[in-house]
Amino acid sequence: MTWLLAITAGVLFAAGLYMILRRSLVKILVGLALLSYAVNLLLFNSAPLLPARPPLLPPGNGAPPEVYADPLPQALILTAIVISFGVTAFAVVLMRQVYGTLGTDDLNEMRCTDVPCEEVEIASEEEQMEEPL
Amino acid sequence: MIALPLLLPLAFAILNVLAWKSPRGQRALSLVGVALQSGAAFWLLGRVRAEGILHLPVGNWPAPFGIVLSADLFSALMLCLSAVVGLAAALYSQGGMDERRVRHGYYPLFFFLLTGVNGAFLAGDLFNLYVWFEVMLMASFVLIALGGERPQVEGAIKYVVLNLLASTLFLSAVGLLYNLCGTLNLADLARRLPGLEAGGEGTLIAVLFLVAFGIKSAIFPLFFWLPASYHTPPVTITALFSGLLTKVGVYALYRVFTLLFVPQGGYLPTLLLVLAGLTMTTGVLGAAAQMDFRRLLSFHIISQIGYLLMGLGLFSPAALAAGIYFMVHVVLAKTALFFVAGLVRQMEGSYHLKELGGLYARRVGLALLFLLPALSLAGLPPLSGFFAKLALVLAGFELRAYAIVGVGLGVSLLTLYSMTKVWNEAFWKERKEMGAASLQPVSPWMWAATLGLVAVSVAAGLLAGPLLDLSAQAAAQLSDPSGYIQAILGGAP
Repeated sequence: MTWLLAITAGVLFAAGLYMILRRSLVKILVGLALLSYAVNLLLFNSAPLLPARPPLLPPGNGAPPEVYADPLPQALILTAIVISFGVTAFAVVLMRQVYGTLGTDDLNEMRCTDVPCEEVEIASEEEQMEEPL
Repeated sequence: MIALPLLLPLAFAILNVLAWKSPRGQRALSLVGVALQSGAAFWLLGRVRAEGILHLPVGNWPAPFGIVLSADLFSALMLCLSAVVGLAAALYSQGGMDERRVRHGYYPLFFFLLTGVNGAFLAGDLFNLYVWFEVMLMASFVLIALGGERPQVEGAIKYVVLNLLASTLFLSAVGLLYNLCGTLNLADLARRLPGLEAGGEGTLIAVLFLVAFGIKSAIFPLFFWLPASYHTPPVTITALFSGLLTKVGVYALYRVFTLLFVPQGGYLPTLLLVLAGLTMTTGVLGAAAQMDFRRLLSFHIISQIGYLLMGLGLFSPAALAAGIYFMVHVVLAKTALFFVAGLVRQMEGSYHLKELGGLYARRVGLALLFLLPALSLAGLPPLSGFFAKLALVLAGFELRAYAIVGVGLGVSLLTLYSMTKVWNEAFWKERKEMGAASLQPVSPWMWAATLGLVAVSVAAGLLAGPLLDLSAQAAAQLSDPSGYIQAILGGAP
């Protein structure tokens, strides 16, 4: 089981990295989602997977059982899922905004902030203001 | 109550959301908020100086099991810096932030950003650190795109994607570390890691942390998102980011590489120093090619990160102390420079150095406000940059690290060249045509914020002695983890 999860996490990492290297915004979005799944699986795998060993104290006796599953990674994943949900939702809105403002989803056409292109900066002052984030 | 610098911005973020309909109310609230936050931060610094490392087990769960907030001198110093930058930025926003952005939630985001930054400085647990990083990132994502102008959304895409990638790597490192040690409490990790002989897995985790925090703090091969995005939002937001965000990345590097993976022997010191040298050089060379005021300053952020990394890479108490003092210097000087750039833009209608000119003849006061932090950044006495670099160079000589010292001094000269270029273009030469730029009146708030921050920056140079002493104490705490472990875990097994 550990091996299966490890290989799945690896495949997800590879696919996610490949996708965020693409030029299209939507593919980058998919890549980010895949990466967050990969990390969640990795976290899931970070404590030994023990079936049917709940981390519960037996009634009456104060000492925990000798072998019990570690519940902490699940708690970490839950937090990570919530965070990645929020981040992905924001990324979707941002990319919609980018598409609305620039009319393209090709990253190669978004070089305005890397190379000087003055006319765009001046033109943008008042025009694209009706749909703020 | 060491959580106060964390709770105050959070409370004011919520209060600002409640005052959503009233921009004037939000402006007033923000001033109260940053003032209280500064009080809390300096009070905490005083307490940490008097009582040593403090910690708060959240929910009263004892240290290695529950989450702890911890404050040593380095954390407290960083909290003070964030409070000063927050105070200056809130003052500057009174005049420098347009009504539209305030109506769309600038102030709540501002305080959420401060919450995240302060939380990261107080976190005593790696997963908690991750969560605060995300709080800070979410706020910064929205701030950078707020307004939705074309360059902004383009910059935001690059910023968001690369920072999310960094978060992914950070979280992977956390997972692997949990697998290795079974704990995420920083003090507990610091206690267990040295005995583990982690070998290959330890190296993998260390390098994952280096890459993840390296992206966030914009070190050499990982900095490309910074000059592509930092100059796009209004200058108040850029100044806030330049003062706080990359520095949180550097703080995390200092924390992880003093407590968990100590760069003594092995590949780490060399790697850190090589990266430091390359970060300085590429940053300053990138700046030399720029003609846009904000882009030029953005490249200088990268170059200064190199010096901070150099302090960590040398890893002697003296070098760490120099690095911490350098942090104080660079946060103040850099933020002040961005404020000046904003003033120039407000008065002359442009950020472009070719279009500017003649400012010295017409606005001597503004020229002085630029000159002081600019010369400080280049490292001229008696300003803070000089003492910071002097301390770093002396620490380097002590360790016979002549190569990195040479690079540092060379980059310092190039920084001076770059600042001279700005001076020549914007302040000295005749302005070609006055242009049709509508000269807006500059709000007294913006003057006050810039003046105040420049004054604090100059004071940091004049008070170099006491500040260096304080940095040395903070560095002593960093370079001896046993004190930290003892303070957090006490006598716990």
